Amino acid sequence: MSALTFSLKHRTDQRVDMSPLVCNLLKGMEPSEIGAIELQSGKRKIRVDELFKISGSDTQQIVIKNSFGKLDFIGKELDGGSILVEGDAGAYLGLGMKSGDIGVTGNVGIYAACEMKKGFIVIGGNAGDFLGAALPGNKMGMKGGTVLVKGNVGERAGDHMRRGNILIEGNAGDYCGSRMTAGTIAVMGKTGRYLGYAMRRGTLLLWNQPVLSASFNDCGAHTLAFLPILFASFKKLNSKFADASMAFNRVQRYAGDMSEIGRGEVLVKIG
Amino acid sequence: MIINGVKIDATFAEAFPMKATRAIITAQNEKWAMISAQAMTGFATSVIACGCEAGIERVLDSSETPDGRPGVSVMIFAMGGKGLAKQLETRAGQCVLTSPTSALFAGIDSDKKIPLGKNLRYFGDGFQVAKLIDGKRYWRIPVMDGEFLAEATTGQVDAVGGGNFLVLAKSQPQALTACEAAIEAMRKIPNVIMPFPGGVVRSGSKVGSKYKALGASTNDAFCPTLKGMTRTDLSPEVESVMEIVIDGLTKEDIDKAMRVGIQAVCDLGAENGITRVSAGNYGGKLGPFHFHLQEIMA
Repeated sequence: MSALTFSLKHRTDQRVDMSPLVCNLLKGMEPSEIGAIELQSGKRKIRVDELFKISGSDTQQIVIKNSFGKLDFIGKELDGGSILVEGDAGAYLGLGMKSGDIGVTGNVGIYAACEMKKGFIVIGGNAGDFLGAALPGNKMGMKGGTVLVKGNVGERAGDHMRRGNILIEGNAGDYCGSRMTAGTIAVMGKTGRYLGYAMRRGTLLLWNQPVLSASFNDCGAHTLAFLPILFASFKKLNSKFADASMAFNRVQRYAGDMSEIGRGEVLVKIG
Repeated sequence: MIINGVKIDATFAEAFPMKATRAIITAQNEKWAMISAQAMTGFATSVIACGCEAGIERVLDSSETPDGRPGVSVMIFAMGGKGLAKQLETRAGQCVLTSPTSALFAGIDSDKKIPLGKNLRYFGDGFQVAKLIDGKRYWRIPVMDGEFLAEATTGQVDAVGGGNFLVLAKSQPQALTACEAAIEAMRKIPNVIMPFPGGVVRSGSKVGSKYKALGASTNDAFCPTLKGMTRTDLSPEVESVMEIVIDGLTKEDIDKAMRVGIQAVCDLGAENGITRVSAGNYGGKLGPFHFHLQEIMA
């Protein structure tokens, strides 16, 4: 069985809600039935076969070709299976995802991996603001799984994050790890202002010295035993994070945010 | 059956079901991993009085440990899961948490999990940090030498305790030399421990006692000094008997260990004063696992 492939025929003016096209909802459906599904686009509904040319039949392996930045909610609450997006994706990629894999070759919009529970997302390009964050008004962001971003990420990455890993090969914008409750965000590039703003617990793992707020206290230089285990867990990734030369276990440890409970930490590579 | 002049008795060792777990202790170097492991497995020779039987299984190379440091694999056996968990936790808290540079990891996988660092974390007084890596939870507990890293849980499995054999010799040094050779060979077998000091028991026991308070007492039939006083099982020339007790994850593991151990004893042979190899047989009162010496050596 070849992958169920949706090739975009034309770019819509309005944004499209792609949430019906996830592996768990399409299980057991024929391509003709899938073609008849209606997607919300702006204020009108649009049939899947009107927007996409459909080929293949393996509903547990979805490919979206010629994707662009107005296709929102790709992989919403995905529960098993895989989705490969060739091109860009819109907002809310993998929103509330439960398990499975999502890969995007291009850039993604805001709120990618928002409130994600489990699974793996890899973004080849850049990600927008609120990566792995909570929806506005909610208090729990990403609760598990791993997100790998090969490019840069916007502001508020990991806002209210509770568990899981966000791995950023590029730079992170302002307020990275803001209001974080737990979990790990690793940034190989540079970080913006207000790093870890109001974070309660969790780890920000950095390769470059950040500009830290006054509410982060220096705890000195340390060799931490969990870091080799953490880096070993990245070895299976197709990423710079899997590169043994990028791993380290000697860090400068800063505790914060002291204006919150202060149990979070910023670990910065030494040397 | 006679091997190299050593008589192998037509008897069997009796063993009983136990629960077991394995933990891996790592440290900055093998010396400190071993110090921690020795402390953790101290006073753990017999469930009768110690609550568990524990021993060092083997030394681990850096490539075999989760954190890439030298390590030691430790196994603990107890009569029930509850007792096992209690002993593991007490010993981990007193002997690994306190030991310089140490870290503690699960050494066996099973559906049934028992706490390793799960409760030790409270030593961190609120400063402890959890990390979930590849589905395994680790606790980072701040301590004075840095951080104590402990995996939250390890596995508990069904196991077999009390496999044994007796070495009968013409003198005490000869019996001990034979047992030392057996232990050296048996330590190469995985999934088993010999929990008594140096792996050798000089005070083998029988089930029951004339004293009501005791469940076990000296194995008078094999005590050389009682040859003229009791229904002895010893011939006149036997002056010393020592026992090797083996706990293993499965009956087959104990079979293997007994085979190499008895073979090492027999290799020394009658010319080195070894006369017989026998086993602790309690007439079926002790446990359902039977290790027939002649079958094992066949």
